[in-house]
Amino acid sequence: MISIQDIRFGYDKHQALLDEFSLEFAQSGIYGLLGKNGTGKSTLLYLLMGLLRPQKGSIEVDGLSPQNRQPELMQEMFLVPEEYDLPHISLSKYVRAVKPFYPRFSEEILCKCLDNFEMPTDLNLGELSMGQKKKVYMSIALASNTRYLFMDEPTNGLDILSKSQFRKAVIDGMTDERTVVVSTHQVHDVERLLDHICIIERNKVLLNEPLVEEEKAIDLEELFIQTVDGRRI
Amino acid sequence: MQFKDNKPIFVQIAEHICKEILSGKYSEGGRLPSVREYASEVEVNVNTVNRSYDWLSQRNIIESKRGMGYYVSLGAVENIRQSLRETFFQETLPELIMQMKRLGITVGEVEQAIERSQNASTPER
Repeated sequence: MISIQDIRFGYDKHQALLDEFSLEFAQSGIYGLLGKNGTGKSTLLYLLMGLLRPQKGSIEVDGLSPQNRQPELMQEMFLVPEEYDLPHISLSKYVRAVKPFYPRFSEEILCKCLDNFEMPTDLNLGELSMGQKKKVYMSIALASNTRYLFMDEPTNGLDILSKSQFRKAVIDGMTDERTVVVSTHQVHDVERLLDHICIIERNKVLLNEPLVEEEKAIDLEELFIQTVDGRRI
Repeated sequence: MQFKDNKPIFVQIAEHICKEILSGKYSEGGRLPSVREYASEVEVNVNTVNRSYDWLSQRNIIESKRGMGYYVSLGAVENIRQSLRETFFQETLPELIMQMKRLGITVGEVEQAIERSQNASTPER
C-alpha cells in the first residue's frame, strides 16, 4: 500500500513541481503512471524510493516512510531508473554484491529473465550497449523479488523484439503480492500489461482507477489525451 | 498477437484460443497452458487471460480441474462450431443480406455462384 499525502516538492526553492499532491495505490498489480513530459513522474518514483524527500506532507509505503530508509522497507523496493551507469565488473560479481540486500533474491528468476532477453549470464557490465544494460538491470530488478518495483520509462532504448521480451518478463515476474509501477509516455508498449492506470498532470491526479474493459478494447492513448485535455472530467 | 479495437481484448484472446482448438493445437481432453503462461505468450495482463478462460468455461469449451489447471472440454470442437454458427446467422448473414439488397443481388444468383464455386474446387471435407 502506497500512500502519498499532501506533499510538496520542488527542485527549486521557489517553484514547486508537486504541491498539495496526494495519491494512493491501495492494491497490488501493475500500475501505469502516465503524464506529459515534466509532470513529475520520475520525481514521484524517486520520492517513493526515499531518494528525494518531500518538503511537506508524508509518504508511506506499507506504513513506513521511505525517506527514513529503513532496511525492512528498502529490501522490498527496487527502482530501475531511465538512465544509469553500471560498474565495470562481471555480472556474477555484481549479483554477489547486490543479493544480500534482498532476502528473496532468486538466481533462478535472473537466469530465466536473461534467457528471455537472449542475454548470456557470463557478461561484463561495462561492455554493454544501452539496450543491453536495460535488459540486464531489469532482470536483476525482477530477480530481486521485492514487493515494490518501480520502472522509469522501461521501454526507452529497446527495439521492437526487446519490448516484447520485456512484456513477457514482467508478466512472468508478477505475483499477487507484487506492485509494479511503470512510468511511461510510450503508452502502446505497456497498455495490455496494466491493471491500473494513473494519469498525473501538474499537482493533480487526473485519473487513478483499475483498467476494466467492457464493450471494446481500451485505447490508452485516446484515454490519455481525453483525460489530459479535460474532455472526460 | 495483433488486437483490434472494436472488441474487448479478453474476447479476442478467447476467440483466438477457439481457433487454436479448431486447428488442433489443443485437442479435446488436452491441457491448456496456465493463465500466466498464456498471458506471457500473448503479452497481456494475467487478469485479462483469466477473463478469457472464464468466458471459455462458461461456454463449455474449456474446464478447470481443481489444482491441475485448465483442460479442453470433451465436445469443445462441436461447441465452438455451434457458437460460430450462431455468429454466422446473427452477424455475418444479416450483413450479407444488407449487401445483397444494396447491390440488388438475388438469392438465385447467389445459389448459382455457390454451385459454380463448389464445382470448381474440391470441397474441404
